[in-house]
Amino acid sequence: MDLQHTQSPAVQDYTPELRALLLDYTLQLADTSLILGHRLSEWCGHGPILEQDLAMANIALDLIGETRSLYQYAAELEGKGRSEDDLAYLREAVEYKNPLLVEQPNGDFAHTILRQFLFDGFHFFLLKDLQNSPDQRLAAIAAKAFKEASYHLKWSSEWVIRLGDGTEESKRRLQKAIANLWMFSGELFMMTDTEQQLAQAGIIPDYATLLPQWEAHVAKVFAEATLEVPQNVFMQKGGKTGRHSEHLGYILTELQYLQRAYPGLEW
Amino acid sequence: METIVEKSLEEQFEEKIANEIRIEPKDWMPEQYRKTLVRQISQHAHSEIVGMLPEGNWITRAPSLKRKAILLSKVQDEAGHGLYLYSAAETLGTSRDQMINDLHSGKAKYSSIFNYPTLSWADIGAIGWLVDGAAIMNQVPLCRTSYGPYARAMVRVCKEESFHQRQGFEIMMSLCNGAPAQKQMAQEAFNRWWWPTLMMFGPKDEESPNTEQSMRWKIKRFTNDELRQRFVDMMVPQAEFLGLTVPDKDLKWNEAKNGYDFGDVDWEEFWNVVKGNGPCNKDRINARVKAHEEGAWVREAALAHAQKRAQREAADQAK
Repeated sequence: MDLQHTQSPAVQDYTPELRALLLDYTLQLADTSLILGHRLSEWCGHGPILEQDLAMANIALDLIGETRSLYQYAAELEGKGRSEDDLAYLREAVEYKNPLLVEQPNGDFAHTILRQFLFDGFHFFLLKDLQNSPDQRLAAIAAKAFKEASYHLKWSSEWVIRLGDGTEESKRRLQKAIANLWMFSGELFMMTDTEQQLAQAGIIPDYATLLPQWEAHVAKVFAEATLEVPQNVFMQKGGKTGRHSEHLGYILTELQYLQRAYPGLEW
Repeated sequence: METIVEKSLEEQFEEKIANEIRIEPKDWMPEQYRKTLVRQISQHAHSEIVGMLPEGNWITRAPSLKRKAILLSKVQDEAGHGLYLYSAAETLGTSRDQMINDLHSGKAKYSSIFNYPTLSWADIGAIGWLVDGAAIMNQVPLCRTSYGPYARAMVRVCKEESFHQRQGFEIMMSLCNGAPAQKQMAQEAFNRWWWPTLMMFGPKDEESPNTEQSMRWKIKRFTNDELRQRFVDMMVPQAEFLGLTVPDKDLKWNEAKNGYDFGDVDWEEFWNVVKGNGPCNKDRINARVKAHEEGAWVREAALAHAQKRAQREAADQAK
């Protein structure tokens, strides 16, 4: 194995401040894909159609893969000898930085699809840009994940259209999901201090440039799905700064159970 | 006149079987051969789908991200196997909907092994190692089964299953080489899964009603007892390697037969689980029925949308 390759050449060159910012950001991205992957994996074996059971497991798997690359990078940036598993399994809810949207319960298939659609659009446009980050590791992780996210967005967009322009019931369910989940979409684009500083340093995009792309995609898909785009909705926030909903505690209780019950063992 | 034609078709069929020529969907086949295959293939497909439940039970609690990814991908493979097998059975003229209805009504069976619960992480290792190991024993000969689509589906299934078995063994290795609590977890899972796994080969030969005809038609290649013996002979050294104790006081090497003698399977338990009295029979079917019923509106929406789209396209073309 090429050891040089696993250690980003850029890491040593960063100032401690920049390194801390990148660590914070990488953890936030990793937490986000882990929690959403966890939620999707809860469907495994219970999907409405076998093919969609497979699709959700597949997306969950992509997200867990992305999570691992990001935590591995975060562990290097931190440089304290923690592993990807230490970061996933031994951090408290308040240290998790995922936006509130991804920790929302699966609900019915319409809620799962809408949550996925709102996230996939953000993920897609973010990764598209992040592939060109001057930080080589982030760029490489983004390039791989971007290919997967393109498929995720296609899948969830098609399902929004199917459910919106399907039966009366499917439309009613999707509208209910919009009523419940839309208020979590704003946080995806609200920039934390870390994100603002990294954007100023030119390492990540300014989310203000992503938002119109996301809005255009949502508008196009909603039009085809014969759905109204909600206007002037109050946006919830907090997850990205560690203030989560009540749901995250339960997710982590389950996710971290073995590592917490048997500290320090190899599995 | 009709009987003569019929007889010659049957002769052709028997000739193909004798010459190891695959039977294909459009070929004539005896009604009983078709029925046996639909029963066996759909039972196999249902086992894959129901089998997702006990293992899926640990995805959210997997102890590391790597193990989580491996388990998720394994359970996803099972869904894929279910898909190929339903497709293979559909070539015999039974729809997936019909097969699923038969599963939910209790008319169709699935492997009884999935009516046991997964109680600890070690169960995920034990299932991979033992249950997938037994499944491979049963399934490898099916890659040469006489019905073409089934044999071809099984080639793909077997490749993935042997990968799963290695991963299961690897989980057991980590536990057995780990802390005493982990080793104990592994032994406890082994104690619970060993006997149900031996039951996976089906009833004793003298009590297996379908074996003889299935062997003659080369749907089945070995009897239940032959496969069970092979499995024990293969697994005992692996258990020794792991440092686990086989939970069978009658287990003993028999030099004369070059294999192990082993204790009697508890056939009363076996038939009870088959009849629906296993620890999880109700939970498993209820979970499948719930997923199906709660998914009905999704399937209807997909169908309605496809119809609307087809109508719009037809209207556009008419312009």
